[in-house]
Amino acid sequence: MNIVVCVKQVPDTATERKLRSDDKTLDRDAADGVVNELDEYAVEEALKLKEAHGGEVTVLTMGPGRATETIRKALAMGADKAVHLSDDALHGSDALSTSYAMAQVLKKIGFDLVILGSESTDARTGVLAAMLAERLGAPQLTLANKVEIEGTSITIQRLTDYGFDKVAASLPAVVSVVEKINEPRYPSFKGIMAAKKKPVETLAIGDASIDAAQVGLAAAWSEVVDFAAAPPRAAGTIVKDEGDGGDKAAEFLASKKFI
Amino acid sequence: MSEILVLVEQVDGEVKKVTLELLTLARSLGTPAAVWAGPGITPDAKAKLAEYGAEKIYVAPSSDIVEYVVAPKAELLAQLVAGKSPSAVLVAATPEGKEIAGRLAIKTDSGVITDAVGLGEGFVADQSIFGGGINVQSKVRKGTPIVAVRPNSTAPAPAAGAGTEEEISVALSDAAKAARVVERVKQEKGARPELTEAAIVVSGGRGVGSAENFSIIENLADALGAAVGASRAATDAGWYPHQFQVGQTGKTVSPQLYIAAGISGAIQHRAGMQTAKTIVAINKDPEAPIFELADYGVVGDLHQVVPQLTEEVKKRK
Repeated sequence: MNIVVCVKQVPDTATERKLRSDDKTLDRDAADGVVNELDEYAVEEALKLKEAHGGEVTVLTMGPGRATETIRKALAMGADKAVHLSDDALHGSDALSTSYAMAQVLKKIGFDLVILGSESTDARTGVLAAMLAERLGAPQLTLANKVEIEGTSITIQRLTDYGFDKVAASLPAVVSVVEKINEPRYPSFKGIMAAKKKPVETLAIGDASIDAAQVGLAAAWSEVVDFAAAPPRAAGTIVKDEGDGGDKAAEFLASKKFI
Repeated sequence: MSEILVLVEQVDGEVKKVTLELLTLARSLGTPAAVWAGPGITPDAKAKLAEYGAEKIYVAPSSDIVEYVVAPKAELLAQLVAGKSPSAVLVAATPEGKEIAGRLAIKTDSGVITDAVGLGEGFVADQSIFGGGINVQSKVRKGTPIVAVRPNSTAPAPAAGAGTEEEISVALSDAAKAARVVERVKQEKGARPELTEAAIVVSGGRGVGSAENFSIIENLADALGAAVGASRAATDAGWYPHQFQVGQTGKTVSPQLYIAAGISGAIQHRAGMQTAKTIVAINKDPEAPIFELADYGVVGDLHQVVPQLTEEVKKRK
């Protein structure tokens, strides 16, 4: 089985994240880059499926040169090879452009299964997996907390408000996974060493038949008009519990008409 | 004024509160038209949609729409966008709502904005990003604006609309029928409101100390008619089910009132609750970052403070 796992490098949540004042895109230099946390679950799921059914796991990322750090992490966890879509023309791409560019690469490299994290911790749109399914004409098996494959049949548990839906489809398919579907493994020392020798193919947009007019900031279907740091919340009233803390809190709730 | 399509969210034929919020919002920007995707519309549901301003109610009763994942709803909306030329499409910013919005954007060659917390003239959307650290105004610049709006962004207010029903038949493509729902598993959630929709959320964290002690949090939630949430520390410890986790990798909530008990307020948690209108924090540690956000804070042991608060809430009701 040919499994492609999509990963994204995101700014570390623990550092201060900023937008650039010039073009209002993410300031990638302001924060440390890390693997998007939910993508680690996607990598783990890909590796488990490979272990159970055989095949190969390819890491796919779109991002600037430094995103190779994220590729190495996924390779160190056990993925076999990687494709890095990297081109200055992609800077500022929105979700529509990103899904288009990644779909073009996926069509070029082929797949039985595409796995992603259900959202990224930076943009948090949560739309990419659905968009890839739309663009590839493949079944959308998203928000999965369980994935089962038998031959060419695939079944997932899709998280819903009321519990979950069991959803069935045939491969090839697009899967997104939620937190806690598994426990992502830590790369072993051996894995880290081996990752250095694994093949990483770098593609520019021309290599994947990506139309420059459909990507980048100029092509974006939506735009940031303005942004500003959120005004600090007005300082609240903090009291020390002297045995009446609950009553005082109730007093506050009553003053705000919550009770 | 031109039509604004609002995709209805419903459970067992009952219209969810977020839909009433979206209708209210749509009224300020155009003429709301509700879209009921699938079978099961009831006279009560129609009345409710009209009560909150739906001039039109488009009903697509085909059961195929709900038997396959997401794609059929996107096809239905795309058909309506082509046929009715609305000025915008609003959906609830639930995980599924955002997926529908994403597919619809591709089908209609339109821009999409997710997790709007406000929407104004020219469909300029307000968003709160990076864990609430930055406020952004954004807008769609191609096609029909498609906006996924967070629950609790607007207070729902009734203002009657005609509620004229029009049945829509939709011919689904084979591609839309690729992922079939073979079983729906409903898990017992009791009488509490849904976490992302609730007007009040009471959350417990590491300070709660054990799974048993979560009853302290639940009792306060029940006294307030609130939903229960938990921090990642609490769900990772196995004290409360994972689906109730509020935070960056869990649910994002934007309630009128958020009560955080025994939660320090790490960025991972704040990213999921920072847009709450009023925040109350109870924590033993006076240095806990959650107090920086709190409108009202009690430095003390939640095991004493919360039960006392619960009793007082009950007394005053």
